[in-house]
Amino acid sequence: MPAQRKGPPPLHVHAPDRLDMDRLIGDPATRILLCCGSGGVGKTTTAAALGLRAAEQGRSVVVLTIDPARRLAQSMGLTELDNIPRRVEGIGEESGGELFAMMLDMKRTFDELVETHAEPERVEQILANPFYQSLSSSLAGTQEYMAMEKLGQLSEQARREGRWDLIVVDTPPSRNALDFLDAPHRLGSFLDGRFVRVLSAPARGAGRGLGRFVGAGLGIVGNIMHKIVGAQLLLEVSMFVQALDSIFGGFRERAERTYAMLQRPGTHFLVVAAPERDALREAAYFVDRLQQDSMPLAGLVLNRVVEPRVGSLGLEQAVAGAERLHVDGASHADLAAAGALRLHAERARTSARQERLSERFTSSHPSVAVARVPALADDVHDLEGLREISGYLAHGMPSAVDPG
Amino acid sequence: MPKPQQTPPLELDGVRLHVVSGKGGTGKSTVAGALAIALATGGGNVLLVEVEGRQGIAQLFDIPPLSYGEQRIAAAPGGGTVYGLAIDPEAAMLEYLEMFYNIKRGGAVLKRVGAVDFATTIAPGVRDVLLTGKTGEAARRKAGGRFVYDAVVVDAPPTGRIARFLTANHEAAELARVGPIKNQADTVMNVFRSGQTLVHLVTLLEEMPVQETVEGMQDLASQDLPMGAVVVNMSRPPMVSDEEEHDLALMDDAQFADSLRRADLEFIAEDPPALAGLRAEFEDYRTRRDLEEQERSKLLELHHPIIELPWVPEGVDLGTLYEMAELLGDQGAN
Repeated sequence: MPAQRKGPPPLHVHAPDRLDMDRLIGDPATRILLCCGSGGVGKTTTAAALGLRAAEQGRSVVVLTIDPARRLAQSMGLTELDNIPRRVEGIGEESGGELFAMMLDMKRTFDELVETHAEPERVEQILANPFYQSLSSSLAGTQEYMAMEKLGQLSEQARREGRWDLIVVDTPPSRNALDFLDAPHRLGSFLDGRFVRVLSAPARGAGRGLGRFVGAGLGIVGNIMHKIVGAQLLLEVSMFVQALDSIFGGFRERAERTYAMLQRPGTHFLVVAAPERDALREAAYFVDRLQQDSMPLAGLVLNRVVEPRVGSLGLEQAVAGAERLHVDGASHADLAAAGALRLHAERARTSARQERLSERFTSSHPSVAVARVPALADDVHDLEGLREISGYLAHGMPSAVDPG
Repeated sequence: MPKPQQTPPLELDGVRLHVVSGKGGTGKSTVAGALAIALATGGGNVLLVEVEGRQGIAQLFDIPPLSYGEQRIAAAPGGGTVYGLAIDPEAAMLEYLEMFYNIKRGGAVLKRVGAVDFATTIAPGVRDVLLTGKTGEAARRKAGGRFVYDAVVVDAPPTGRIARFLTANHEAAELARVGPIKNQADTVMNVFRSGQTLVHLVTLLEEMPVQETVEGMQDLASQDLPMGAVVVNMSRPPMVSDEEEHDLALMDDAQFADSLRRADLEFIAEDPPALAGLRAEFEDYRTRRDLEEQERSKLLELHHPIIELPWVPEGVDLGTLYEMAELLGDQGAN
């Protein structure tokens, strides 16, 4: 044997801090909790479970969900999308808390915005305009604007009526989680532009014909627009934009105020992910973005974590055991036991892979505290299921040797 | 893995445009990429189009980000070629203006006053009109009397928006009523509603994605849009046989412990909580399989072609993408 050679130092594996969920939701200074992350990682369930837990610990909570699974909505007694917070029955109210939940109705929220901000004689005209109808229900990003708007409204209502002291929000299931933050800015930069003025020019001069358009000092644009979309369509677009103009100012101001509210103390973001490559990559983008924008990040919720229920039996041991039993002429019992060992091996394998992925996340984001929720065999469909999840969110995963 | 089921086979004769949609997180980009390779297998040119500005094609095919323009991204087995196009709505709009209105310099003016930005990000539906218009154009494009692409595959917006995405041109035609916008919009709608187009929906065997698939199919049907296959993605093969499952459920603890001793796992056999843990893992597995079967039967009730693709534990890379393509081909997507 040669003299012992020095190799490279081993890599440090960072263990994340555990996210102290009860402290977060129990702190009266916590007023808004936003659950964000890519689609299909359990954002809505996380929001609902945290809302329930906070309510049962004595807080007055409203949960704003965007697009819940049917059974999850039913578990909170939500049967329709009506934009009104409904009291959730069946929660433990001994501690004096209460839980309300609502589903966002994007179109209704937009209509209400028009009703509140437009000049009364224009309301009907806007609501009936074909462009408005298309805009309010189909525009990519509208859901983000309206979720922000609704959050702002709930927050105002809470303050005015001294009602809810905690708002839990589930962000829209956009593919890009950052859309939620960017949508209000995008709208703002459009409204700052000259184009709103160009567009509303023909309608302003409608009585005097389209010649007024050219007179607006933006003749080339007017001509091109005229050529592309034709006079009638241009006039309709223009009437729509001008009618909306009156509410734009108010809307934009509100969007900016809501954005600023997100940066205030009392607001906390929870990034939700599953221990999979793509979901964790999205989560990392989101964490970086929040830090860049000085948005307060409470931590990462890792859903669907798989852990073996038998910690003492390793992956290789299980594989070897299954092979030993799975031989020609083996009894039914042995073959069945071999099957159980294969299931355990698969579970251990998945667990190890997830572990590696979450270690990688923590190495690059060591300051992010993590709450882990196990993968459950069944979808959540009642309050008991939400309570179970909230227990994991607060106390972590069950220990491996406990089969219950 | 594909099971012999009573679903109709996938008919692709005459289909030149494949629209791949699905709930977020179901892997529709992966399926779209694999489908492009499958369709190019054995020769031919296939264009893979992405419309959401995420550079998903580049990520999937492990190449640098695509600039606006069709470029060769991969070779398919048997001599075919896959081209990629990441449609940029702004560039598509300027191209559209030039193509249909012969407006060249005007485009820059429109851009300066924010009209292009308005049209591509704020104005309702315009973005979708541009994206689908460009896609339809690629599918129809001919050179020397022959189609340039034998097939076009679109990595489309998610299920919840797909019917609206594809009918944006119909709405545009309604709003415009006459003129070049209407003509162009009508042409695009004709491509979507003819036998040249199929919409494939990607799902997982989970409650939400299946629910969205069922609803998405209703939306498509109500808009006269042709539904192709339901692609069940990330499907996990059974880990134990039906017989083993049956026996395991009936076996008592003493028998189980005996078997574990024969497996040289004495220490587990002697440890009741560990024994119970193994059984609980089996129960978890059964619960999950039962739920998956429930969701699968909902899909079978739709009486549409079903294609299954397996779960890839480590995540899909370029190698597994080709394996997926082969599996798609085996199940009729070729």
